[in-house]
Formats: sequence, C-alpha cells, structure tokens
Amino acid sequence: MKLVTAIVKPFVLGDVKDALEGLGVLGLTTSEVQGFGRQKGHTEVYRGAEYSVDFVPKVKVEVVVDDEQADRVVQAVVDAAHTGRIGDGKVWVVPVENVVRVRTGERGSDAL
Amino acid sequence: MDTGNTAYLLGSAALVMLMTPGLALFYGGMVRAKSVLNMMMMSIVCLGVIGLVWVVFGFSLAFGDSHGGLIGGFELAGITDPDALVGDVPVQAFAMFQLMFAVITGALVSGAVADRARFRAWTLFVAVWVVVVYIPLAHWTFAVDGAVSQRGGWLVNTVGALDFAGGVAVEVNSGASALALALVLGARRGWPREPMRPHNLPLVLLGAGLLWFGWFGFNAGSALAAGATAANAFVTTMTAASAAVVAWLVLEDRLDGRPTSLGAASAAVAGLVAITPACGYVDTWGALAIGVLAGLLCQLAIRLKYRFGYDDSLDVVAIHGIGGVIGMLMLGLVATDAVNPAGADGLFYGGGPAQLGRQALSVLVAAVWAFGMTALIAWVVSRTIGFRAAPDDEHGGIDEAEHAETAYEFSTMRTAGRGPAGRITEEGDR
Repeated sequence: MKLVTAIVKPFVLGDVKDALEGLGVLGLTTSEVQGFGRQKGHTEVYRGAEYSVDFVPKVKVEVVVDDEQADRVVQAVVDAAHTGRIGDGKVWVVPVENVVRVRTGERGSDAL
Repeated sequence: MDTGNTAYLLGSAALVMLMTPGLALFYGGMVRAKSVLNMMMMSIVCLGVIGLVWVVFGFSLAFGDSHGGLIGGFELAGITDPDALVGDVPVQAFAMFQLMFAVITGALVSGAVADRARFRAWTLFVAVWVVVVYIPLAHWTFAVDGAVSQRGGWLVNTVGALDFAGGVAVEVNSGASALALALVLGARRGWPREPMRPHNLPLVLLGAGLLWFGWFGFNAGSALAAGATAANAFVTTMTAASAAVVAWLVLEDRLDGRPTSLGAASAAVAGLVAITPACGYVDTWGALAIGVLAGLLCQLAIRLKYRFGYDDSLDVVAIHGIGGVIGMLMLGLVATDAVNPAGADGLFYGGGPAQLGRQALSVLVAAVWAFGMTALIAWVVSRTIGFRAAPDDEHGGIDEAEHAETAYEFSTMRTAGRGPAGRITEEGDR
C-alpha cells in the first residue's frame, strides 16, 4: 500500500476529489495547511507599512491506496490540480506498512 | 429658552456620544485579535470615568467663573440647576454636549498605547488626565466670556484664537498626549519587526462610518443653535472629509500602488479632524483646501513614526495631532467673517497675518501643556502602580490577562467540563 500526499491550491480540491472518485478511491482526508514554495508569499500594505506574508494557504489531500493504483492516482491528482501557473503544488508517495479499520479490525488492503 | 435649539443641542450631544463606541470599533479593528477587547474597553471606560468626573465637578471647572483665565470654579458642580441657560438653551444640555467631547478626547489618546497598557492603570490615568490636561484646555479655548459664567478662558478671550469645535482641546491635545504616552510606555514588544496588522478592517470601516456620522453633531452642534452657522459647519464638515478621502487615496495609489480600505477610513477621520476647529469660520472652498491638505499631510506624517522610532500604535499623533494643527493654522489663512460674524478674516481674505499668529500660539500652548502634563501623569502611574503589561501578558494577549475574556474562538480543539463550585474548566490546547 502507498500513502499519496498532495499539496494543492484550495480551489482545485473539488476537481481532485472528483478525479479520485472516478478512479474508485473510496476515501480521502483533507486539511487546510499553509506553506510556501519557490514563489514565496505576497505583500500587504497598511498605512504605508509593508507586511510580507510568507505562508500562502493550501490544501493537503491524503489517500492510502493499493500499490498498483498509486501511479494512476498520482497522475489523476496532477491532471486535476494543474493550472500551469506558479504555486500549483506537489504530490509525493510513501510506502505504508499496514492499515487497520477501527470499526471491524480488518487489516491491510481489506481495510481500505 | 428656545425649544428648537434645545432639541437640536440634545440631539447633537447624542450624536457625539455615538462617536465613542464608533471609535472603539475603529481602534478595535486595527489591533491584533488578542487585544481587541482591551482596545475597545479603553474607550468604553471613558464613558464611565470621564462622564462621572464631568458631572460631579469637571464641567464646573471647565465652564465656571474663571480664575485668571486659567481654570473655572466649583459653583456649577453637579450641574443641578434645570433653569440655568447658556444663550437660549439649558446649561444642562450644553454640559452634556461638552461631556461627550471630554469622553471622546480621552478615548482618542488610547490609540497610542494599544496592546500594552494595563487596564486599571489606564483607568486611573484617564481620570487624572481629564482633570489636569483636558479641563484646563477646554476652559482656555471654549469658555467664552459671559456664555455660561462671567469670565472665561484666556486663549479665546485674551488671545483671540478661533476654534469652533475643538481643534485645540480635542485634536492637538489628543495628538500631543498620545505622543507623550507612547514615549513613556515605550514600543510594543517586537515592534516594528513583527507584523502587527489590523485584525478586522470591516470593523475599522464601520467605526469610521459612525465617527463621520457623529461628527456632524460634534461640528454642526457646536453652533449651539439650529441656524445658518450650523448649516455652514455641516457643509464644510462634509466637504473636508470627502476631499480628504479622495486626496489620501490618490496619494496612496501613487506611493504604494493600491488604494486601501484602511487608507479611506483614516482619510475620513483626518479630514474631519482638520475641519473641526474651522468648520464654523470657513466657506466651502476653504474646507476643500483643508480636506485636501489633511489627506496628503496626515498620510505623510504616518510614515515618519518609523523614521523617528516611536510606537504610536494607531497613529493618533499623525491623524489627530497633525490634522488638528492643519485645521488651526489654516484658519489663520482661509477664515472669513462672511460665513460667521463672530469669526475673523484670515490672511487670504484680507485679515493680515495676526490671526495666523494667534492660531499658532494656541497650538503651541496646547501642545506643550498636553505633552508635558501627560508625560508627568503617565510617568507617575508607571512608577507607582505600573502602566505596562507584563511581557507574558503582552505576548499571550492582553484581553485574557486583563479582562479574563477573549474576542474570538479560533480552535475547536477544546474540551470543557463543569468544575467545582460551578466553574467551567477547559482542557485541550493549552
């Protein structure tokens, strides 16, 4: 199993969710996060005093999938989140040793 | 007694009262979320403390029979006589109108010490300050001979300075007092390195709107009669505030690349401040010039605090101090007795330079008195009960430390249960 983590622009979340559901992904977790990449943040001005805001708001999407599904999930997220402009985000994949469904106690792929 | 004028004055007093909660919103939106309640409370407590001082003996000291033009007496203490008149309106109505001026002036000063003043110290300070600083200045500039008492203050009667609605006692005074207080207390921890951006600009705009609305009572009400002078003051007040908004936004767009909402709100207040002493003595064109100057110069003055390194948190010095000076000095240039026979002609209307000198003298006297006395009171409060909040309280938020309240619930990650003796205990994110 693999954990696919994507940091994307907040407004593409609906498209990412639709794309993953289209692939048969049964569940996902999102969180509002803040951070910056190469583009850094933005500048605000209050009575002439400039504040540089380093952290920009992003959404983190996390989904655990079977090994053979991981590449297609990554591609679907990248396609859905792509705008071509700066700050589109990142996607990465890490191995997952085990998953347990709390309600039933099922383990591994059965718990997904 | 004239019932029309009395109704007008009572209505104006109520309008001016609304400026203080308006100012609380204006200031409250400009501070950080962790200190908004303390900021607003510093305004609200002025309604209590200054209101009480004023009724018991403050009004009498400001408007009673003068001792050498310097201070009134105690013969009007309690403001108990419902039959006494100022002109054709009851003294009681006039006293309430003037009470609102005293309250808003004290509240204005609090903008200099946002985020870092202990509330009990502020309350004590403002009670002493209104007696030592505000009341003498009000007596010197507002107490006209024969109006309420036989003899009034020296700046208006002996020097002959013009000040229609409070350029000296309210605006120059609050600006100079704010500077003294900011210097005695010192800068907020982290200023100017850490961002201290306004936490709620819609509140700032709402507050500025209420201030603008109430200011019609402040300025037009100062005519003390529902007549031509009041109407002229209304026109000039609107004209100056509008001109200041446009001038400020144009300059801001040129300097920073964007017209901002905080700029628009600040501009309105700057224009209203500058026209305050002049509104009953200038015509529309004079008001337009005063508004434009306020929109440009007050904005440039704000940028100076970073150069000089004093933390006047909410720019009371730049907006009220500089705005008040602009209005007082411009009176010496653009006053015209065509709009008000009780006024004078300024330099541009054939009056010569003398009026400008009178205006400059009263600004100087007010600034020196307010700065010196405020610094003294603040220093004594600092050395006795302590004025500055503790570093931990300032860091963690002065709302919780001083008032046991917070304005906003940011985290849902809290659990609460009812503890012993009916107290709610919270666990979780601390």
